Amino acid sequence: MPDLAIIVPSLLNGLTTGALYALIALGLTLIYGVLHIINFAHGALLMVGLYAVWFLNTRLGIDPYVALLIVPPAMFVLGYGLQRGIIGRASHGRDENILLVTLGLSIVIENLALYFFRSDTRIVDTPYSFETVEFLGAFLPLPKVIAFFGALISAAALWLVMSKTDLGRAIRAIARERKGAQLVGINADHVYAMSFGLGIACLGVAACLLLPSYYVTPSVGHGFVLIAFTIVVLGGMGSFVGALIGGLIIGVVEALGGLFLGESLGQIGIFVIFILVLMFRPQGLLGHKV
Amino acid sequence: MTGETKRRGVDRRQFIATGAAALGLGITGFPAVLRAEATPVKIGLIHPVSGFIAFSGTQCREGAQMAIADINAAGGIKSLGGAKLEAVLGDSQGKPEIGAAEVTKMVEGGIHGIVAGYASSISLATSQEAAKSNTPHVVDVGVSDQIVSRGLANTFRFSPGYGKIAQFAVDNLDKINQSAGSPAKTAMIIHEESLFGTGTAKLLSEKLPEKGIEVIEVIKHANPTRDFTNIVLQIKAKKPDLIIPANYYNEYVLLARTMRQQKVEAKGIYSVLGGAASSYKFVKEFPEAAEQIMDCNHWFDPTSDVALARKKAAEDKGLFYTYEVFLAYNAVAFLADAIERAGSTEKDAIIAAMAASTWDGHGMPYGPTKMVDGQNEGAQPVNTQVLNGDIEVIYPEEFASAKPVFPMTM
Repeated sequence: MPDLAIIVPSLLNGLTTGALYALIALGLTLIYGVLHIINFAHGALLMVGLYAVWFLNTRLGIDPYVALLIVPPAMFVLGYGLQRGIIGRASHGRDENILLVTLGLSIVIENLALYFFRSDTRIVDTPYSFETVEFLGAFLPLPKVIAFFGALISAAALWLVMSKTDLGRAIRAIARERKGAQLVGINADHVYAMSFGLGIACLGVAACLLLPSYYVTPSVGHGFVLIAFTIVVLGGMGSFVGALIGGLIIGVVEALGGLFLGESLGQIGIFVIFILVLMFRPQGLLGHKV
Repeated sequence: MTGETKRRGVDRRQFIATGAAALGLGITGFPAVLRAEATPVKIGLIHPVSGFIAFSGTQCREGAQMAIADINAAGGIKSLGGAKLEAVLGDSQGKPEIGAAEVTKMVEGGIHGIVAGYASSISLATSQEAAKSNTPHVVDVGVSDQIVSRGLANTFRFSPGYGKIAQFAVDNLDKINQSAGSPAKTAMIIHEESLFGTGTAKLLSEKLPEKGIEVIEVIKHANPTRDFTNIVLQIKAKKPDLIIPANYYNEYVLLARTMRQQKVEAKGIYSVLGGAASSYKFVKEFPEAAEQIMDCNHWFDPTSDVALARKKAAEDKGLFYTYEVFLAYNAVAFLADAIERAGSTEKDAIIAAMAASTWDGHGMPYGPTKMVDGQNEGAQPVNTQVLNGDIEVIYPEEFASAKPVFPMTM
């Protein structure tokens, strides 16, 4: 039985890790939850973001946090273009097609990365990589603390965009009643692409905040995408606060599960929660009843 | 709507038919084209170049291809009229069953020999599959002793196995510990969950107590593990004198980084086949975290000109000269030497030549090759330590380039 000196740091660490998961899930909940696009390329696009951050840092000497000004806008443009040029066109609006198109995209992107970057594990070395913040007797890595607050701010910003802007209203209108929204003059293709772009821009933010404490390889997205889907379902599809809380819960469950059940078995907790939510609260923690 | 569905159905059938025809051509037509020229010797290289151990797999492939290029540049297989070696590449994606499927495909394509599979679990599958057609198979890295204990006549391993490495690791750790006045009394083992990590952990848990070092905890983790904080917190709570990691590169990097962040203090970090502690990549990227970490791993003979020339050639290509590179290189060169002496691409002749090999052009601390039941008896690991940003050999003495620093002074 681990004592409190381990449980508290483990819990805090779970919260910071969970915030990172939440960041990745934020983009997905927008794309998957609001637009019902099952984006299998989410992990691959996270990898693209991570490589972008790595490239800017190692080639141009740009700090990952300064890259926040560059990578998310670039990812937005990429996402917009992908939805408008490939996913939207190839899928003809049918869900099963979207699934295959995004799966295909992820394979293409991963193999391109394998070709250009090879399978080396890449990391960035920043002056603060090893810095820690002492809090309640725990050493919290500085990059993770920053990521924690970054996730909170991003969730709040997305919530504001969705509830206070015309774009947010248009997205919600399209999500609820596509034909009706088009009838009142909303350009559905444009709104779809904007949402997809926003979702991918979130991945850009996640990439900037993640890389200082992680690494990038062409297959790095695999480890995150399943977790992100779980969080989206747990939090309630399309709910940003839900994704944030879901991410934090998953992070804590993973950390404590690892502590009490062993690192190999600890992951089981995540999926037990997933199944329980599906059984007893299928709309998710903060989702609305359908 | 139905018309569209119907049309698509036909398309799919056409696609499959075309694909099958193309595959048929690939299998039957390809060798015929080659036969028109001097017959190349086809060597299958099966490595996990994608998936969770892709870095290592790619390094293996690079090393194997360097060997093929060197042998071809030196005139190919002379006893076969200067026949060139031709690499047939396969990707196991880190999965044994896919590795085995690659073997089946290559055997159907008329392969003469196979070098595979980096991970133990994959090597077990590929060699077993190759045995069905008696295809000569050299295991480049896989360390599980099961690989050579199944009585497969086609399977050879040029590098050392678990049993040997673990015994060597324990004996030398004991020597290092004793010569420092035995400061290490407890150890904690952190290992990954596949055959390599689990097997190493089991062997060490049995053998370390014989040397007066108590194993106070063994922690297993998954691949990939995204966060090592929990594990490191447990290390901090248990305060072992020695920390013994047995995992692959990505996890090793995260573990080392987290240990630094959490300010873990130990008398030594001693890896057995640590994915990173004998890696120039790790030392270059994490000079501070790597400093004074010890490892028991595959390593070249630092006193051998052959080894140093190959190291330089690899580094000139922009490669990190990791153990994967030189072990895969030597696995191919060992196979090529056997084909040269066999003077034939007959499977039995190659296998007999490998079994009787006394090849010594490997630049490893092994001595002349001596195969017993498919295992090179002379093969042994060495102990390395990262000292002043470079990887030095500290044991055995005859190959050593530096004295061990223990306990750690960091």
